[in-house]
Amino acid sequence: MNISAPDTEEALAGEVARAHAAREPLAIEGRGTKRAMLRPVQAARTLSTRNLTGITLYRPTELMIRARAGTSIPEIEAALAENNQQFVAEPPDLRVLFGADEAATLGGVVSANLSGPRRIMWGAMRDHVLGIRAVTGEGAIFRSGGRVLKNVTGLDLCKLLSGAHGTLGVLTEVTLKVLPAAEATGTLAIRVPDVATGVAALSAALGSPYGVSGAALLMEGHDALGMDGPVAIARIEDFAESVAYRLGRLRADLAAHGEISQMDGAPARSIWRAVRDAEPLGAAPEDAIWRLSVAPSEAARATESLRLAFGAKLMLDWGGGLIWVAGPAREQAHGAVMQAAAAAGGTFTLFRAPASLAASVPVLPEEPLPLAAIARRVKATLDPGGVLNPGRMRV
Amino acid sequence: MISLPAPKPEVLARRDAILADLARLLPADAVIGETLRLRPYETDGLSAYRQIPLAVVLPRTTQEVASVLRYCNANGIRVVPRGAGTSLSGGALPLADAVVIGLMRMNRIREINLEDRYAIVEAGVTNIGITKAVEGDGFFYAPDPSSQLACMIGGNVMMNSGGAHCLKYGVTANNLLGLTFVTIEGEIIEIGGRHLDSAGYDWLGLITGSEGQLGMVTEVTVRILRGPEGARAMLAAFDSVEVAGAAVDAIIGSGIIPVALEFMDKPCIHACEAFAHAGYPLDAEAMLIIEVEGSIAEQDMLLDRIRGICARFKPTSMKVAESAEQSAAIWKGRKGAFGAVGRISPDYLCMDGTIPTGELPHVLKRIGEMSVQYGLAVANVFHAGDGNLHPLIMFDANDAESFHKAEAFGADILTLCVEVGGCLTGEHGVGVEKRDLMTKQFTAPELDLQRAVKSAFDPEWLLNTAKVFPLAGNPKIAA
Ligand SMILES: Cc1cc2nc3c(=O)[nH]c(=O)nc-3n(C[C@H](O)[C@H](O)[C@H](O)COP(=O)(O)OP(=O)(O)OC[C@H]3O[C@@H](n4cnc5c(N)ncnc54)[C@H](O)[C@@H]3O)c2cc1C
Repeated sequence: MNISAPDTEEALAGEVARAHAAREPLAIEGRGTKRAMLRPVQAARTLSTRNLTGITLYRPTELMIRARAGTSIPEIEAALAENNQQFVAEPPDLRVLFGADEAATLGGVVSANLSGPRRIMWGAMRDHVLGIRAVTGEGAIFRSGGRVLKNVTGLDLCKLLSGAHGTLGVLTEVTLKVLPAAEATGTLAIRVPDVATGVAALSAALGSPYGVSGAALLMEGHDALGMDGPVAIARIEDFAESVAYRLGRLRADLAAHGEISQMDGAPARSIWRAVRDAEPLGAAPEDAIWRLSVAPSEAARATESLRLAFGAKLMLDWGGGLIWVAGPAREQAHGAVMQAAAAAGGTFTLFRAPASLAASVPVLPEEPLPLAAIARRVKATLDPGGVLNPGRMRV
Repeated sequence: MISLPAPKPEVLARRDAILADLARLLPADAVIGETLRLRPYETDGLSAYRQIPLAVVLPRTTQEVASVLRYCNANGIRVVPRGAGTSLSGGALPLADAVVIGLMRMNRIREINLEDRYAIVEAGVTNIGITKAVEGDGFFYAPDPSSQLACMIGGNVMMNSGGAHCLKYGVTANNLLGLTFVTIEGEIIEIGGRHLDSAGYDWLGLITGSEGQLGMVTEVTVRILRGPEGARAMLAAFDSVEVAGAAVDAIIGSGIIPVALEFMDKPCIHACEAFAHAGYPLDAEAMLIIEVEGSIAEQDMLLDRIRGICARFKPTSMKVAESAEQSAAIWKGRKGAFGAVGRISPDYLCMDGTIPTGELPHVLKRIGEMSVQYGLAVANVFHAGDGNLHPLIMFDANDAESFHKAEAFGADILTLCVEVGGCLTGEHGVGVEKRDLMTKQFTAPELDLQRAVKSAFDPEWLLNTAKVFPLAGNPKIAA
């Protein structure tokens, strides 16, 4: 593969400008750990941010950190941990899921807007992007946002580029809001008969005053829980006294939903790491993986239809609103996912699939025509030559 | 004074015909054309600027909004969207050749779903109206601008408004699930939905805070949250701004994120105390209001920790509320801060820059120097946790010279905010007020990029023209 990995922003901008002049498409990536996400990019050359590394500004008391886009997530996590802080959105580590042997980069995680269980309480990855530096498809360097926590100055291009999978610009530096890591973590596990009951228990937990920061449903239970069959788990992260108090109250409130057990400390944290990384989904290497986002009360119907259609493997997060699905990488299964998302009034992503499937189906819902027209004009503004990640999100 | 673009003569000339056309599109009571009835719409919260619009329409449905936009687009007529008109940056200021589309009649709550924790409301529902509709069940809508009794959710979306509690709960953008969006062509588009994080480009994020530049919002799906068991405030006063700033750093550094962390300087303390009799310490140079949430025992635990931290900074006084009533008393002064300053000086400009919190002492010192230099008093309130600074510059509106000085003083403060690594506006928006300062924060190519994104939505630049972007450099606008 023809990869270029400049170590300065100017050099990277120069590469894009040359590609634009030559109308030569570029695959944009960090360390390429998520190459199998969405659709395969049609480009002979790859431009990587892997050499744009390093934390450039970190102010723990201002709750902000800034790093160049190619900085690895573990490097940032380590720096934050030294100050007892963490990523707010709890981005997943998808090394296992994508068979990658390197850790993801900041730019990649932001470009994919990846958020873990904490999304339900504290917001998505894109909610914490305070500022960006990026390069347009013509090779122009631009900034949006800044380094402060509150900023409504001008159009928010940070949000537009977060989740754009490198199709509207190449992120070169990202400034994020961070938060203190909680002193303690505790988890309740509720054995439930089915998805509907599980989601109802999670809705009750999220509708409680106790600040639940994780709410997932594991279909086959989990070894660490000593429970099999569907298990709903709810997490509280706070000061130790609060966690103890709140778990007690929540346990009493949820008693009617099923048998409950409690977990604290390291085992509680490890189970949430597993949920974050979608391990309990149990996807086989040859399976396709989808993510659906729906209103939680739609989850029971959606999951049932997927099970009937192709025996889907399932895991639910975000109180039932995020449905992880694994199943055969075939158009029939994909069709069932699209149908389930539409019936639930939600959205889907073909998250991981062999190129044979990903290249032949819509990997995201189609946009309504007037919005698609706006999207084309926005794309033409930021990448008039269409050189950035062509085909990544849509044909 | 900030200049407005020349009205389009051909539009002014066709005023009667346009009014007649609008009256065919909408019910008779939804179109306003007489000067006397247009006057209430001539200004917003930035009342130094006034302009009677061509017409005002007050649609009741998304379809009506769409048909007005389609008509205006087809006829090259500018539109100014309007909610409650509380914008402090002149975001809803009319233009002489524009149709103001006011959404106050779209004030129905469409659906409340406690299980999935969302509410679908029309754009003209007030901010407090959402919380009122769900508080009986223990829920609330989190962003709480001080104008929440009046301001409307559509305006909140377009300004990405914040509030005193956004340190914990985030601003408007962090609390939305979906929008009904109407383009200038009159196309109705559902953005997002009742779920989190739609796949594809983040249109919801781009539209939020776009100040009416991209289209109109007629319905909003917001997240609603279960309220905490309780909340309580404390007050800590210090004998210097630096020390109060250091105490804020120490609180955040300890791993506590209070739900609110507000800072007032001496002039502000005095103004609020005279107004609210909240028992604020008049000898202090700076004062913090800190609020925590949870059960009574949790509140005690957190307030003890915070009191311990503040004690290290030799506070001149501390007062922990013992009850919800005492908490309310502590907040009363802060919540009435703008009104309190209004009593000392009937006219003031409310600035809204954000700075890195560590820069607070330096910035307040510079603002103090500028205050002497301009001969205008200033009081500072500050969302200390997130760096959002509100200097209130007092002036005399009957004296043109005083107003010009106040504007120049404000511009200097905002420029300073940008210089120290902050931004022009944390929550009030650019509007007309800060439009010409945008070049301080963005380079010309960066502004052009934002303009091009606007053009992708609004090719003829009819939507809220003359706001946000400096006029020079805008396509389709004659200055
Ligand atoms: C006393 C006072 C205190 C305030 N406190 C705060 C505060 O604590 N935090 C804060 O963030 N703000 C505050 N504000 C500012 C103001 O209240 C907010 O900006 C608010 O969101 C404006 O809402 P509105 O309904 O009044 O909108 P308007 O002022 O009517 O409009 C605001 C902007 O949005 C556009 N707009 C309005 N509705 C729509 C729509 N449906 N579709 C498209 N565009 C639309 C308008 O064209 C305009 O640009 C305060 C204002 C006052 C007067």
